[in-house]
Amino acid sequence: MSGNKVNHHLFIRENKPVSFSEQTLDKIRQLVKRYPEGQQKSAVLPVLHIAQQENGGYLSVDMMDYVASLLELKPIEVYEVASFYSMFFLEKTGRYVIEVCQTAPCAFCGGDDLMEYLEEKLGVKNGETTSDGLFTLRGVECLGGCGNAPVMQVNTAFNEFMTKEKVDRLIHELKEEAGKGLISGTKWEEEFS
Amino acid sequence: MGRRVLLEHSGIPGIATYDVFRAHGGYKAAERALKEMTPLDVTKEVTRSGLRGRGGAGFPTGLKWSFLDRKSSSPRYLVCNADESEPGTFKDRYLMEHLPHQLIEGLIISGYALGVNTCYIYIRGEFKYLIGILERAIAEARQNGYLGDNILGSGFSMEIFVHPGAGAYICGEETALLESLEGKRGLPRIKPPFPAYKGLYGCPTVVNNVETLAAVGPIIRMGGEAYASIGSGKSTGTKLMSACGSINKPGVYEIEMGISVEEFIYSDKYCGGIRNNKKLKAVIPGGSSVPILPADLILRTARGQKRTLTYESLAEGEFDSGTMLGSGGFIVYDEDVCIVRSTWNISRFYHHESCGQCSPCREGTGWMDRVLYRIEHGEGRMQDIDLLLTVSKHIEGNTICPLGDAAAWPVASAIRHFRHEFEYHIEHPEEVRNIRHGNLAGLGEMAIRIK
Repeated sequence: MSGNKVNHHLFIRENKPVSFSEQTLDKIRQLVKRYPEGQQKSAVLPVLHIAQQENGGYLSVDMMDYVASLLELKPIEVYEVASFYSMFFLEKTGRYVIEVCQTAPCAFCGGDDLMEYLEEKLGVKNGETTSDGLFTLRGVECLGGCGNAPVMQVNTAFNEFMTKEKVDRLIHELKEEAGKGLISGTKWEEEFS
Repeated sequence: MGRRVLLEHSGIPGIATYDVFRAHGGYKAAERALKEMTPLDVTKEVTRSGLRGRGGAGFPTGLKWSFLDRKSSSPRYLVCNADESEPGTFKDRYLMEHLPHQLIEGLIISGYALGVNTCYIYIRGEFKYLIGILERAIAEARQNGYLGDNILGSGFSMEIFVHPGAGAYICGEETALLESLEGKRGLPRIKPPFPAYKGLYGCPTVVNNVETLAAVGPIIRMGGEAYASIGSGKSTGTKLMSACGSINKPGVYEIEMGISVEEFIYSDKYCGGIRNNKKLKAVIPGGSSVPILPADLILRTARGQKRTLTYESLAEGEFDSGTMLGSGGFIVYDEDVCIVRSTWNISRFYHHESCGQCSPCREGTGWMDRVLYRIEHGEGRMQDIDLLLTVSKHIEGNTICPLGDAAAWPVASAIRHFRHEFEYHIEHPEEVRNIRHGNLAGLGEMAIRIK
């Protein structure tokens, strides 16, 4: 892809037991009920979103196998889905995944400059994670915010009309938040219901 | 001109809540449909309105509904396509964020017309924040008796569920969307059978875009005929345009179909003209997949007529000198934008988003991406231009779903109308190479010199 190296480290196996809390399991049971009897496979995307969040931002083989067992699917049915959709990470990410829209309407309204500035500021290239494990920087395709360009998401929260000043402020706030030891996600994060 | 139908109530504080929406006449159309009309009456009214699919294809909605297999004994489904991912398009996002109840009301009426008891809103995963907004609206509608069993005593029951995608443009294609909703990879299905016969879980299914379904409430409220009286010819009613790029006022605008492109770009009511007093260079009027047109051809057709925002006027001249209304994702380029860079960028998008099922698209999009990359980076050869045209021709029409066409058209049209820019890039490799990539000012200067 145009010089962008793509590495798919499919399948991190950690050989750690995984399990969800009773509360999460209940949420999943409610999700499954939305689909007809016997069609619990439909819940695989929403459940993988939850699984990724519970697993610290990526999907390990252990986690995917667990999801397969919950939904009574073969593991391959989960792997093939997890590897198809761009929002699922099969390798470890930083705590904050910064995704910069690189598609034309954004790119021509400052998106290219935004990516360059973030690379400089974080000291990593597109696709890499900072050595402190805080930030993963990633160029993505159209996020549907073309009128508010340039657009980026931090763990799926929209940040729009970005400027250098806004980037500076945001990175500063995220570092502070992380310094306070907040463990799960960002202050913007709402759980998938 | 300038009537608002879909966005009539946008901007009213609290309109996203049931109480405020109701106070402004919300759910009256649903009441009327369920209490006073038969499902067939509703379908007839939608047919009479001339409403056409607002996701991009422009297929008549009433006709699509009429194809639904009503004889089958299996359950039927309504699926709302909220997988808005076409570059340049952000209108559905606006509707769902600001007027969620208008969509819910449209779903209830449409579900009633189609005899559907379960409706799924398939929303792209990146719009996570909208899921909460929609689910709150659904819960409010339920509390007030507009969802659930025996709605308003009509005997009609319906539930709506929001289903998140997880990042795949291809899932906006209706059969890929259904595959994804079934928990699989988003690979488009071979048609026929069409979803109207074999859709979700092999059952008869209607898939409609958010904007299409949100228009159903107003159509029932005002009557199909009144809706059809707005607009021009076969482009009835209003359309949401999401405008972006080199304009003073990017945003979502509701237009009466038939206003001129010139008015839309230059009027302060809409885009407010080109930013920084630059000149208009080109427009991609219906999302990144429709053909790009240079300024003269977007403002006037090749025959010299004023180009208007209708399905027909934008298509006039077909591929030689026309384009398409598509999703209404209106991308405006000023004189500083490099068409080669834009075309490469858009090709990279389709390469990234190709599902890989059909060889012409899987291989062809990558090929076009790489060839355009080298032209843009000063490594192009003169024969590359015709090579691009050949590849695009071999993709077009040879794939299961329209993503192949969507990838081919931007390249073919950019070369058709801006061939001199591609040639310039190839003839001046040093100059192209010396420009820092991502530096738009640099590219702008070059673009100006090309003129």
